Amino acid sequence: MSEFLRDYLTVAIFAAVAIGLLLVVLALGKLIRPVRPQADKYLTYESGVDAVGTAWDQTPVRYYVFALLFVLFDVEAVFIFPWAIQLETYGWFGAIEMSVFIVILALGLLYAWRKKVLQWL
Amino acid sequence: MTSSLVLGLELAYWQQSILRSLGILLAVLLPAGTFVYLFLFKMVSFMQSRLGPMEAGPFGSMQLLAEVGKWIQKEDIIPEKADRLLFKIAPYLVVSTVLLTYIVVPFGPDMIFANHDTGIFFALAVSSISTLGVLAAGWASANKFSLMGGLRAAGQLIAYELPLILAVVGVVIQAGTMNMSGIVAAQANGEIFGFDGIGSPYFITQFLGFVIFMIAVQAELAQTPFDMPIAESELVTGYLTEYSGIRFLLFFIGEFAAVGAFGAIAATLFMGGWAVPAAWADLNNNIFNLLGPLILMAKMTLVGGFIFFIRFTMPRFREDQLQKLAWTVLIPLSLVNILATTILKVAF
Repeated sequence: MSEFLRDYLTVAIFAAVAIGLLLVVLALGKLIRPVRPQADKYLTYESGVDAVGTAWDQTPVRYYVFALLFVLFDVEAVFIFPWAIQLETYGWFGAIEMSVFIVILALGLLYAWRKKVLQWL
Repeated sequence: MTSSLVLGLELAYWQQSILRSLGILLAVLLPAGTFVYLFLFKMVSFMQSRLGPMEAGPFGSMQLLAEVGKWIQKEDIIPEKADRLLFKIAPYLVVSTVLLTYIVVPFGPDMIFANHDTGIFFALAVSSISTLGVLAAGWASANKFSLMGGLRAAGQLIAYELPLILAVVGVVIQAGTMNMSGIVAAQANGEIFGFDGIGSPYFITQFLGFVIFMIAVQAELAQTPFDMPIAESELVTGYLTEYSGIRFLLFFIGEFAAVGAFGAIAATLFMGGWAVPAAWADLNNNIFNLLGPLILMAKMTLVGGFIFFIRFTMPRFREDQLQKLAWTVLIPLSLVNILATTILKVAF
């Protein structure tokens, strides 16, 4: 197996061990803790008042526009990282090229700002 | 090389990995526990003019064990309306991804678990998964407060993930690598305009990036002034409302392990990590496999202490102020930081 893949194998093993450790802690708790079921315990908690309706309902998610903007800039970040490592090789050419890219994306943010997308409704 | 000698035992690669995983997990939980005792129990008591825990052990130092014992013996309650599977998975998702960020952090010249070439990228990618766990917890609880808390957490991640990543880009440009060991080496061997007496710790040369990074970390960790996902006076305890006993404890461990993880990452990226400036000592010396973890731990505690100091000093922001700070201040600033770093890097 190549060195590269092996590094990711270690990630998988580590994740398995971490989850295993958590399972052990939870199993340990199962041996100790009491089980005394009462119907009232399993009601939805709303500060002592009976819950009206359910939480799985239509909710206005106010930041969905931010989520769209987020995708834009996250993709930008993915492009910037490999470029950032090689900047020494590219020199001024790379610097100007990426400046143009960043400025264009910044204009997108400015547009959203001017369109009052970034304002709380 | 598929096997090697450890303590006289012939071990296959996966066996070694399991042993090392257990080792690093213990090494992680120890500082997380110290954080809780030192900062959450004692520093906040001092700041608020009260004694804090005093009964369990000398100066209340066994308080943490007492608390864990308390949580473990509590009844496990899953609300009947909850999505049971997701409700159970969520804490694992939070804690395990937080622990995963530790494996790319170098603790010494050879003390690194997985020396990925994309180290910092991996850490940032994995650490943002834990917010998915928080969103899952909020949704699965089938509680309005929980859902609001989960949604706020998601909105917060979206807003502060970007300044965090873009602040790191400045460091990557200056170091010329995403490998965490490489970033440490670049700081130890660097020079500031020809002066190499203290290397080039990036919290000096990337000061703007460092400030943006620390603000974004505060928000990513949902520590006050950015603790709207929990916001006990508005949302009971946000996404944690329906969790009790040991599952609540898992979230709690996750939170403090995350402070430790970001403390370690900030110390590695901006403060030279396990190394001291190369002008002071020969960093390839084997002694640094012993000293390195201690040096990193000291820097980590410094950053962690700072995070908690802010947490107990500032009042909570409003949700709209949070979004506004990220989108209209931090992101433009970090873009400017990238451009400035680029020009300086190419010009000098």
